[in-house]
Amino acid sequence: MDIRSQISMVFHLDKCIGCHTCSVACKNIWTDRKGAEYMWWNNVETKPGTGYPGKWEDQEIYRGGWEKKNGKVRLKGAGKRRGLTNIFYNPNLPVIDDYYEPFTYKYLDLIEAPQGDVQPTARPVSLITGEPIDIKMGPNWDDDLSGTLDYGRNDPNLQNLTQAEQEVMFQLEKMAFFYLPRICNHCLNPACVASCPSGAIYKRGEDGVVLINQEVCRAWRMCVTACPYKKSYYNWHAGKSEKCILCFPRLEAGLAPACMHSCVGRIRYLGVLLYDADKIKDTVHLDDQELVDAHRDMILDPFDENVIREAKKNGIADSTIHAAQFSPVYKYVKEWKLALPLHAEFRTLPMLFYVPPLLPVMASLKQVDNTEDSKKMNPIAKYWDDNWLYDTSTKELFGSLDQVRFPLKYLANMFSIGDEEKIKDKWKKLMAVRIHRRRKTVGDVSDEKANEVLKAAGLTEEQADGIFYLTALAKFEDRFVIPPAHREQAIEMLDFTGDVKGSTGFGFKSKPKRGI
Amino acid sequence: MEILNNFFLIALPYIALALFLVGSIYRYTHKGYKVSSLSSQFLEGRRLFYGAVPFHWGVFFLFFGHLIAVLFPRGVLAWNSQPVRLMILEISAFIFGISMLIGLINLFIRRYTTPRLKYVTNKMDLVIYILLITQTAFGLWIAYNFRWGSSWFSTLLTPYIYSIFKLQPDISAVSLLPWAVKIHIIIAFTIVAIIPFSRLIHFLVYPLNYLWRPYQQIRWNWGRKSVRSPKTAWSLHRPKNN
Ligand code: HEM
Ligand code: SF4
Ligand code: SF4
Repeated sequence: MDIRSQISMVFHLDKCIGCHTCSVACKNIWTDRKGAEYMWWNNVETKPGTGYPGKWEDQEIYRGGWEKKNGKVRLKGAGKRRGLTNIFYNPNLPVIDDYYEPFTYKYLDLIEAPQGDVQPTARPVSLITGEPIDIKMGPNWDDDLSGTLDYGRNDPNLQNLTQAEQEVMFQLEKMAFFYLPRICNHCLNPACVASCPSGAIYKRGEDGVVLINQEVCRAWRMCVTACPYKKSYYNWHAGKSEKCILCFPRLEAGLAPACMHSCVGRIRYLGVLLYDADKIKDTVHLDDQELVDAHRDMILDPFDENVIREAKKNGIADSTIHAAQFSPVYKYVKEWKLALPLHAEFRTLPMLFYVPPLLPVMASLKQVDNTEDSKKMNPIAKYWDDNWLYDTSTKELFGSLDQVRFPLKYLANMFSIGDEEKIKDKWKKLMAVRIHRRRKTVGDVSDEKANEVLKAAGLTEEQADGIFYLTALAKFEDRFVIPPAHREQAIEMLDFTGDVKGSTGFGFKSKPKRGI
Repeated sequence: MEILNNFFLIALPYIALALFLVGSIYRYTHKGYKVSSLSSQFLEGRRLFYGAVPFHWGVFFLFFGHLIAVLFPRGVLAWNSQPVRLMILEISAFIFGISMLIGLINLFIRRYTTPRLKYVTNKMDLVIYILLITQTAFGLWIAYNFRWGSSWFSTLLTPYIYSIFKLQPDISAVSLLPWAVKIHIIIAFTIVAIIPFSRLIHFLVYPLNYLWRPYQQIRWNWGRKSVRSPKTAWSLHRPKNN
């Protein structure tokens, strides 16, 4: 056993309201620089949709991640041989138009335009060339556009859905969508690290944060191809690749990463997971069906005596082990088995887990006759002549599970490599917690029925209450359990980091000026 | 004439080598952030292929071709002793030269006709293009007009280069060579001189190490076994929360 610790995350998709506060918080701190304008280390996309960069999940286009062929696991679009021979020209590199051309508006024209017959306008100009451009794409350009042909229907996750299934998804009255916030997953088998010819990318041993050493990156741009989540970005101005750093300077100071701290929906959880690094190799070689479970099995029980002893032997601090015992991530992923990795089939072993969304897909509509009720209303209020009703009844146990608005397959393609049972299992749990809480608060559910539902979902009453607490009531300290940093004496901490704000980031003593 | 020969064939090489050595080491060790291939593929990813690929493969083989002629002159002469082999060598070198020139011209046109690239192009890029294009053109010209280069290089130029490295520069033979060859030598040393001051620094950091390093890299801040050992220096200031 080779125990390591990893700062890991859970995003509860039911709670994301798609406000993009997270993205803006990140942008303001890290990527408000020339060459980085187009980068969104944190982005939120509407699903079904194509995402950012467009269709990033389609590895036939981007050739990211690992692929298993004849029992061997290798990088799909990079690696030693390909990396070194394609170094002059990388055939699988996305270009800026796959993301979007960064732009701003000529706001000053609004003020300085001479008096005239027409209103002055602020034309959009490219942040690269400064020339006026026609904006074709932008940050969250596809927001809420799941119903459209361009975005929703081009979602790579629809690939193995039949035409009929897709039609059902996109019926106007039944249409549903949800938001998918994404940051770097700080993977256990990171493709970006493996693909970097210069060896500039590494995973920190103490907390698993994956970083690019800016002094060593030589712009061979292989990581941009290799990361299947497209979370390594090329800074076109500086000639360096950059990625999410999980706000490590904040983590070391005991603060939550900016995206998580600012999250309005409070969907984000962060905590320590202890895992067995000896299992990485075997796990990534497993078949698709076993991968998701094996990934979870790598995570170790922080209360187990044996695990604690081995962890100490490996130099993991007591305080980190302690944090692992209170980790909300451990609860969601391992104890309650509620959270799943995104696209585990890329085999990078991502350490950001998602609770699949229930609300947008479960609620069904039923037709009611509300003429009687309407009559009772004040005539002024009679604007509502719609007689479709959002069905929240709990008449049958998991009645609405079979009438979901999305084919299970769609979510299974994202979160469980196509295994629909896994998604169903999570939905049952989420439903059971609701029914259980309804018994307690509204009281219109019988004990008998609530217990039956809990049993069917495989949850105890305490677990259901625990899920409810962490989902709905959790305070800041419950959501973010950050182990005290043990890098106090690390050299990074000695520099005054404030004086590099607005430039490339931490760790530099000189201004990060582009080379000649 | 004498002065010019002395300057360009003796002084320039030493200046160039000194600048190259000191400059490259300084830039590598002190200005790591500025060492980059400055790839522009992200802004223009289609036409680059027709420039970067033929150019780099051309340079790659020609660079090693010249290096081999310097390191193993007798080997090259022995190889050339049979006309067929000489022809194979000369023709393939010529093809790589053409490939390099075509690549360079494509790169040049691409860089100056793509609007976005203007914003990642500096004056040094222009200098490099002019030097490289002239150098390649002269190389091809020499290969065509003064045959067979691979043989006389080994007998004339290799001793000259050795004499420079031995700090006993001997230009008696080189100074008699045609002016085209002299210009080729002069530009070559100029290019060497500007390596540390241009994007050319990128080929010095060719990541050969990738071949034998493991794919995954984990870095520990402290040796993870020694963190808890009372014998490490940290025991003087053990973190309070540990
Ligand atoms: C084997 C070592 C080399 C490697 C790995 C290498 C790699 C690269 C890479 C990745 C680029 C950026 C291409 C892009 O825009 O994406 C580049 C550009 C360039 N390289 Fe090299 N190179 C090597 C050797 C050389 C040599 C020996 C020379 C010249 C003597 C050279 C001259 C150039 C020039 C002039 C450019 C700029 C092309 C442009 O964008 O206009 N390279 N190289
Ligand atoms: S998500 Fe991408 S960039 Fe982040 S660690 Fe994984 S492979 Fe690397
Ligand atoms: S801040 Fe939170 S709720 Fe808002 S979009 Fe980001 S993840 Fe969703």
